[in-house]
Amino acid sequence: MRGNNGCVVGICGAVLVLVSSGAWSGPVDERLVIDDEIEMTTRTQSADGHPLPEVISGWHFRTESTRALEADSFQNPGMLEVEQGEQLWNTVEGSVGKSCASCHDDAAQSMVNVGARYPKWDEITGKPINVELRINRCRVDNMGAEAYPFDKGGQKPLTAYIKHQSLGEPVKVNLAEGDMQQWWDKGQELYYSRTGQLNLSCASCHEKNNGKYIRADHLSQGNVNGFPTYRLKQGKLISLHNRFRGCIRDTRAEFPAAFSDDLMALEVYTTWRSEGLSVETPAVRQ
Amino acid sequence: MKIPATVSSVLLGLAGLTTALADITAPGDITIENLGIAASVSGEAGNAAEGRKVFANRKLGNCLACHANNDMADQLFHGEVGPSLDGVAGRWEQAQLRTIVVNAKAVFTDNTVMPGFYSLDVGKNVRKDLVGKTILTAQQVEDVVAYLSTLK
Repeated sequence: MRGNNGCVVGICGAVLVLVSSGAWSGPVDERLVIDDEIEMTTRTQSADGHPLPEVISGWHFRTESTRALEADSFQNPGMLEVEQGEQLWNTVEGSVGKSCASCHDDAAQSMVNVGARYPKWDEITGKPINVELRINRCRVDNMGAEAYPFDKGGQKPLTAYIKHQSLGEPVKVNLAEGDMQQWWDKGQELYYSRTGQLNLSCASCHEKNNGKYIRADHLSQGNVNGFPTYRLKQGKLISLHNRFRGCIRDTRAEFPAAFSDDLMALEVYTTWRSEGLSVETPAVRQ
Repeated sequence: MKIPATVSSVLLGLAGLTTALADITAPGDITIENLGIAASVSGEAGNAAEGRKVFANRKLGNCLACHANNDMADQLFHGEVGPSLDGVAGRWEQAQLRTIVVNAKAVFTDNTVMPGFYSLDVGKNVRKDLVGKTILTAQQVEDVVAYLSTLK
């Protein structure tokens, strides 16, 4: 078991100093069980070739009250939008007169653990496809409805509803499909590329400095298993590509368009880094 | 030949500007020796009180984001990404502190995540309105260096 108890005198002293300055480094040693029922994998030994020794959910880097919100689905503010997603699932739209449910019936059965396997290889476009773009494919091709624009319409609630059907299921991405490995390579290159006037890469914060505070913000490993995630700061669900863009913008760089090849590659790569962690959608973060 | 008053005042103004700029060292013209930059990059002395403001300002130095500093104990949330700056003036010469602020990678190699505050050796895809610009001005660098020199 991990923990701060049973420490030698010198280490206890260091811990006391941190408490007095209001900071507490490193992830907390707690277990996430949602509704006293679903045991979540929030820490796991990483696979061969992973740059970090252990993969740790962002849940461990948040405050006690934020962690408690996610552990109780009645208190999780992201669940409201998941319920909106359920309504959208059953709403007929488009010229064909179908809803998602017309073909896929009850998502609680048809979509079980589906979201945990995205992004996937898409033969039609010859690119990876994520849940958002898969929804749009269905809307255009099968429903005769318009594609949702990025983050608009029902895109976030419906994506969250579908991913929520994988709650607790470990994230896994299949790099053996199509050219997924090449997209992983491109994503890895982007992950380590420094951008902007501040000259920072994803790795600068989330690989080299996770567990440390950057001002009041506790840096996590940047895992993606909780997206779309409810951010208390913004008071709504935030999509993965929105979060990518926000991070890149904060380096004082121009940032790529949502669903661009760059961000799709980054989604493939960061999903691989998050493998083994339970899907937490909708996670609750700061 | 008699020069009209307006033209001569413009010429005088330009001459004054040229004199002021001549003392500022552009980021690309800085010489680093033994990890140090010996001379002020602005050509002027730094002002420690101004530097303390630049240090704390989130839109300027934002140094507290990464470094703890007991001199600012009244401010909440000091970062942990870099080392504490308590006593930093006892650990580095002033010329070296200047290099660390100007371009920390010249001292700590590319392994450091610390941005170069007066460097054009920056990341890819810099925001359009910031291309060719440094995070701090030459004088702000000198002010921060003067402030850091008080942290003994």
